[in-house]
Amino acid sequence: MAEAREPEQKKGLTAIDAAMALIVVLLLVQIWLLTTTLETFLAGYKETALPAAIVSGLLFGACIGLYLFIERIDLERRQG
Amino acid sequence: MTPLRRPSAEPLWRDEFSVFSEDEGYVSRRQFAKFLVLASLGMFVGNLWILVRSWFTRQAAYPAATIARADEIPVGGVKVFLYPTPKDQCILVRTGAEEYVAYSQKCTHLSCAVFYSAQHGRLECPCHNGAFSVRDGSVLQGPPPRALPRVLLERRGGQLMAVGMQVQAEAQRG
Repeated sequence: MAEAREPEQKKGLTAIDAAMALIVVLLLVQIWLLTTTLETFLAGYKETALPAAIVSGLLFGACIGLYLFIERIDLERRQG
Repeated sequence: MTPLRRPSAEPLWRDEFSVFSEDEGYVSRRQFAKFLVLASLGMFVGNLWILVRSWFTRQAAYPAATIARADEIPVGGVKVFLYPTPKDQCILVRTGAEEYVAYSQKCTHLSCAVFYSAQHGRLECPCHNGAFSVRDGSVLQGPPPRALPRVLLERRGGQLMAVGMQVQAEAQRG
C-alpha cells in the first residue's frame, strides 16, 4: 500500500520543486524590476514607477498562486 | 521502588535535552516557499514605495541665480556653486575666453564629487575612474550610466546666471 503511494508522492514532490523553482525565477525578475525602477527614479524619471508597480504586483500574485498550489499538493499527498 | 527513568539506550543527557540541532536547522519546502513569497511581497512593497514617492515628489524648480562674475574665473579655472538648492553642488568651468559650462558635481554612478582635470580637459570622478566630457557632459569612460546633468547658463552683463538644469536621458558615450 505504502509502495503504491510512493510514485504519487514523488510526482507531488516534483510538482512542488517545479513550483518553487518558478517562484525563485519570479522573485529574481522582481528584484531586477525593483533595482531598475529605483535606478531610473533616482535619475529623475518617474514614468516607470506605475508600470513597474503593476508588474511587480502581478508577479507577487503569481507567487502567491504558486504557494497555494504547493500547499494544496502538499495537503493532498499527505492525506493520500 | 520503581526507577524514575524508563529503560533507554540513550545517555541520560540526550533523554533530558531531546533537542536535535539537525532537526532544528531543518527547513521544509513549505517554509522555504513561504520565505520566498514574503521576499516577493517585500519587492512589491518596494515598488509601491517608489510609486508613492514619485507621486509626492514635487518637480524641481530652477530659479535664475547669479553664480559668478564672468571675469572672476581664469580660462581653465573652475568654481563650485550650489544650484538649484543649497544641497546641490555644481561645478562651473571656464573652457575659453567666452566659454563657460556648468554641470552637477554629482557623478551619475555613485554620487561622488567630480572635478575638472585641466590636464585631460575633462571632468573626472576619483571614486571609480569615471570621466565626462567637459564639452557636453557625456560619459567618456568608466562606470557612470548617464551624462552629467548640465546647468543652463546665461550671461547678463558681467554676471553668469544659472537658469535651469538639463538632465540627459541617454547613457550617451562621448
